[in-house]
Amino acid sequence: MIPLAYYIALSAVMFTLGVVGVILRRNALVVFMSLELMFNAANLAFMAFASYYQALSGQMFVIFVMAVAAAEVAVGLALMVAIFKAKKAVDVDEMSSLKG
Amino acid sequence: MNSDLLTILLPTLALTGWALLLLLVDLWIPREHKGITAVLAAAGLAAALGLTLSQGRLPAMTDSTVMVISDGYALFLDVLFLASGLAGVALAHEYLKRANIANGEYYALLLFSVAGMMLMAHAYNLILIFLALELLSIPLYILSGINRPRLESEESALKYFLLGAFSSGFVLYGTALIYGATARTDLPGIFAALQSAPVNPVIFILGAVLLLVGLAYKVSAVPFHMWTPDVYEGAPTPVTGFMAVAVKAAGFAVLGRILMAAFPTVGKDLTPILWALAALTMLVGNLAAITQKSIKRMLAYSSIAHAGYLLMALVPFSNRLVNSDVQASLLFYLVAYALTGLGAWAVVTALEKQNGDGLKLEDYAGLGKSHPWLALAMTVFMLSFTGIPLTLGFWGKFYLFRTAIEGGFTLLAVIGVVTSLISAYYYLRVLMYMYMRAGSPSVERAPWLQVTAVAAALAVVLISFIPNVLLNLAGNSLLLLP
Repeated sequence: MIPLAYYIALSAVMFTLGVVGVILRRNALVVFMSLELMFNAANLAFMAFASYYQALSGQMFVIFVMAVAAAEVAVGLALMVAIFKAKKAVDVDEMSSLKG
Repeated sequence: MNSDLLTILLPTLALTGWALLLLLVDLWIPREHKGITAVLAAAGLAAALGLTLSQGRLPAMTDSTVMVISDGYALFLDVLFLASGLAGVALAHEYLKRANIANGEYYALLLFSVAGMMLMAHAYNLILIFLALELLSIPLYILSGINRPRLESEESALKYFLLGAFSSGFVLYGTALIYGATARTDLPGIFAALQSAPVNPVIFILGAVLLLVGLAYKVSAVPFHMWTPDVYEGAPTPVTGFMAVAVKAAGFAVLGRILMAAFPTVGKDLTPILWALAALTMLVGNLAAITQKSIKRMLAYSSIAHAGYLLMALVPFSNRLVNSDVQASLLFYLVAYALTGLGAWAVVTALEKQNGDGLKLEDYAGLGKSHPWLALAMTVFMLSFTGIPLTLGFWGKFYLFRTAIEGGFTLLAVIGVVTSLISAYYYLRVLMYMYMRAGSPSVERAPWLQVTAVAAALAVVLISFIPNVLLNLAGNSLLLLP
């Protein structure tokens, strides 16, 4: 049996990698992947805690989160396609038509 | 299926069902008659408003699974969200035709978003709060990009989406850690666990702080505000108005609920964080607004500043003695801000031209001569934003500062007063342009916008003569505490 702390440590590393990726990477697609990493870090933590507490609620939440993440993918990819059509790039640094 | 759940969620479910029908019915409505969709959407919102008001006499209750709650706090906010939704429809109809984006989806998405907000007000479980947050956000990502293929609108949508999902990630991970520390996600359960069971303090506080950061993004508190000016500027103006008012209210609704229902025992850890957020948000929001030339960006920074004032109401959240004042002043300020904000955005929408021009301060020169009523309404809104007496904004700030001082945060109240004085500079500058500069502004013929603006201005002035009525209403709309 793998101790709970290992799972939580792994999920913390995944979450941190996701946050760092969102902040540092410039390609919107890679940023998007980092976001998924953050969501899945939370999922992993939910699963680990659920099995630790022998409670089903944590597992149920993971299903909800997956559904929500799928809905976000649909919207996010559509937005990226629309921008790519106009600019032939999805680099977040080049999104500079809005500046005060 | 228990009946309490159905009773509590009836208005929200009705609105969601109506939005789904609207999406279908809209297929048969020709493009030049999208006004019919707007009327249908408004009817749905009005019906949900009627259902909500009919529940006003119900006792406060939760369902047996402790997922949702119905109390005065939630019902008060429901009315606010539905009214903002109605204003969102009124703002959009003529604008969409003018900008040549008269799509029926706009209204269905708006309704979905309002349903998400109502679910936020009723949510009593962190996981439902997350779901409601997404239900309110995802339609708004699309709405901010609805002015396709204008690049500003698309970029604003993508920025909003990336930052919104980023903040959702924080909320979710915070929820996971709180679940790990307490084994519960329902708010009364977390409250009970904090009092009895041994809770790992590091994991719990980390979770609570992550949750707070995620929600601070949503209400655009400094230093999590960077996205706000860009997104507000790029999104279509009616959507911006709706976002600035209703999304902020929803964020504060859930923030107030979580803090007061679940976290009162960890007040000494969270209060300093909230204090710093509130002070920074007031200072940065007001100072950055001074240099803005575009009215849309200025109002975006102004909305950040107002988030700071609203946060100030929440700082003494863990003090049970001033708890009812915290709620009352929060709800009062939300109403004052919503009326003022929706009216101001209606005026901005009326002055925007088809190609997106008409958003500079110079474009308001001479408005006092050419359109005295619209200019008068804008004057009322700017004075109310500043917090000048005879407007609702004055009473809102008065009650906020009083709550902060009662809670023992006098320095915060002083910062609030000083930043309000600073804000007078950029709000009154709009008046200066309207009345003292010569110019010939072009105002689009848009009766609904003018009705919204004048009605909001009247409400802002008239309610300021009877602030006690609204304050009592807000004070009696008590949040059910565990």
